Amino acid sequence: MTQEAQNAVGDYKYGFHDPESATIRFDKGLSEEVVRDISELKGEPEWMTDIRVKAYHHFMEREMPTWGNCDSLAGIDFDNVTYFLRSSDKTEKDWDDVPDDIKRTFDRLGIPEAEQKWLGGVTAQYESEAVYHSIREDLEEQGVLFLDMDSGLKEHPEIVKKYFGSVIPHTDNKFSALNTAVWSGGSFIYVPKGVHVEMPVQAYFRINAKNMGQFERTLIIADEGSSIHYVEGCTAPTYSTDSLHSAVVELIAMEGAKIRYSTVQNWSANVYNLVTKRGVAHKNATVEWVDGNIGSKLTMKYPAVLLKGEGAHAEVISVAYAGEGQHQDAGAKVHHLAPNTTSSILSKSISKNGGRSSYRGMLQVTPKAAGCRSKVICDALMLDEDSRSDTYPTMEIGNSTADLEHEASVSKVSGDQLFYLMSRGHTEEEAMGMIVNGFFEPFTRELPMEYAVELNRLLELEMEGSIG
Amino acid sequence: MTEVLLRVENLHVSVGDTPIIQGISLEINRGEIHAVMGRNGAGKSTLANVIMGHPAYQITSGAIHYKGENIEDMEVFERARAGVFLSFQYPAAIPGVQVGTFLRKSVASVRGQAPSPRAFRKELNEAMKQLDMDKSFLSRYVNEGFSGGEKKRLEILQMLLLQPHLALLDETDSGLDIDALRIVAEGINAVAKDTGCLIITHYQRLLDLVKPDVVHVLIDGKIVESGGPELALKLEKEGYDWLDALA
Ligand SMILES: Nc1ncnc2c1ncn2[C@@H]1O[C@H](COP(=O)(O)OP(=O)(O)OP(=O)(O)O)[C@@H](O)[C@H]1O
Ligand SMILES: [Mg+2]
Repeated sequence: MTQEAQNAVGDYKYGFHDPESATIRFDKGLSEEVVRDISELKGEPEWMTDIRVKAYHHFMEREMPTWGNCDSLAGIDFDNVTYFLRSSDKTEKDWDDVPDDIKRTFDRLGIPEAEQKWLGGVTAQYESEAVYHSIREDLEEQGVLFLDMDSGLKEHPEIVKKYFGSVIPHTDNKFSALNTAVWSGGSFIYVPKGVHVEMPVQAYFRINAKNMGQFERTLIIADEGSSIHYVEGCTAPTYSTDSLHSAVVELIAMEGAKIRYSTVQNWSANVYNLVTKRGVAHKNATVEWVDGNIGSKLTMKYPAVLLKGEGAHAEVISVAYAGEGQHQDAGAKVHHLAPNTTSSILSKSISKNGGRSSYRGMLQVTPKAAGCRSKVICDALMLDEDSRSDTYPTMEIGNSTADLEHEASVSKVSGDQLFYLMSRGHTEEEAMGMIVNGFFEPFTRELPMEYAVELNRLLELEMEGSIG
Repeated sequence: MTEVLLRVENLHVSVGDTPIIQGISLEINRGEIHAVMGRNGAGKSTLANVIMGHPAYQITSGAIHYKGENIEDMEVFERARAGVFLSFQYPAAIPGVQVGTFLRKSVASVRGQAPSPRAFRKELNEAMKQLDMDKSFLSRYVNEGFSGGEKKRLEILQMLLLQPHLALLDETDSGLDIDALRIVAEGINAVAKDTGCLIITHYQRLLDLVKPDVVHVLIDGKIVESGGPELALKLEKEGYDWLDALA
């Protein structure tokens, strides 16, 4: 590797990258023509083209969001983003058919082995489209549909048409409009009535091309009384120019169903990570977001749950880690729209080397939602004096029977803890890594084992060389 | 042959501008047990902390030699890896870090290499059995929500696993019930043959079980009297007042 490349890649663990191997790549910038071309190239039905075009116009007219750390969004140059890039002509079923350089990347991320070990199914999204897709036979037998979103649209247009945009319409915000206009890839999952998917189902995403926007679109429908745990992991190589990641994730949990969506994102430090995630929980259904944000330049992400049916439950557990030059603006939004709904939000954040992490939360209780309960806990840990942590909780309470709790704490690593750990042979960095991992433990223990191990390793790496 | 493990020479220690230790000298050989006694606030913990390398304390004059070398410039973790161990008077809680993980990592750090999982499990089982500790400890978070006695037991468990050459035990006996005291004392005796021990205590009852070779009395940051085990017995009966004249 040249010195320059070494510098660019820096200490980012997954900062290796392969030469771009795109067979089709659009010029930078966005226009109605680009949007129509994407749709045509994918051979989409007309109704999807129409949605894209409508969303495109909405995106152009729509103001920047006002919820979140909006000033930093000014740094995005929309004209300097490539909106579509296809790295392989077809979605591969067989790992052997995946092009070599792409394979190498996944090998380094350990995906095939991971799959053999414990995954229910894998969709690896490399750049814009899934290049590798597989699903365990038993899932197929149970009637579970697990496809990349493009294939989902081709093979199950009636389901996609019914639910696409039903939770997050393109008019929701500027970035959901952008995603709707240019989306590519993502996962499509349908779990039939009463089916319980025992093993976590996983997808990996990477941004590999310079200035490459990534606009995946995920739709998960859990039919009555079913359950699924979906896991998404993201790592991206480091580049000197800014990349934009703007995904949309829609979850629909029908009566009595349960969806858990776990994410660990580890974007390189130049990525704008602006994701809209929202789930609907119908009667007695549960939607859980387990959301970890490490890296990126700016993350704005507030997984949301609409508690639409009586007795529905929402759970949001999130962690954020903000290092130098990074801002994690993350939180949760829960809307209690029906009686006797419950929610629990746990947010943990760490800031270091001048990094900034914010909890931004919305808790809404409508007049109809009698007898609901909600508990919000926000804990922030600061690793030095230069870092920053803020909490911005918003509450709109329209029903006086609501039982609400909110706890917030900000703490620092204590000298006593460091001394104790160092007296057991650990360097200051190691000690810090242990404290940080411990602080995130309530989150980590919710993850499948592989992810937990990887997250802990990442955090330990983050602590290295950080103490002067 | 006697091996001098620790030699403290006319040590003066301050926190900020406040002097706390004001001229302490002592020498501990391998296989010796030294007890340090004295009133609250006399400087006992400070002495132990400064030997371990706590960054809050400055050595203003004098020196600490461990195995013949001045250790002033050694970092805390380097001292630990070189075989110095401190059983804390107030062990810190590390939320979210499981005892089992912590012990495995600590053993790996101090020994310089990770033990094989199997060998470690065996070692751990034996040590825990010796201390009558339940396996459920391993999945709890380090010292979080531990009772006083449980914390002290975990300290001694670490001592057994880390096999130090110099063990500094700061009020390890306080908070222990009678059975636990006996168990912990057995733990100390088990390592004491090959170790130098500095035991800080307020009570004779530990010294009944762990026989000190030397007893030191610390008043206002100075050792005012040293003697054999009989000195501790005298303190037990008469208190410290008779020594004030010497301070
Ligand atoms: N970090 C510190 N900052 C300020 N003062 C300190 C610090 N450490 C110790 N001291 C002071 O030094 C004196 C000796 O404290 P030390 O903890 O060594 O006493 P001790 O002999 O261990 O007492 P005890 O029997 O109560 O444990 C006390 O007056 C204490 O307040
Ligand atoms: Mg003390």
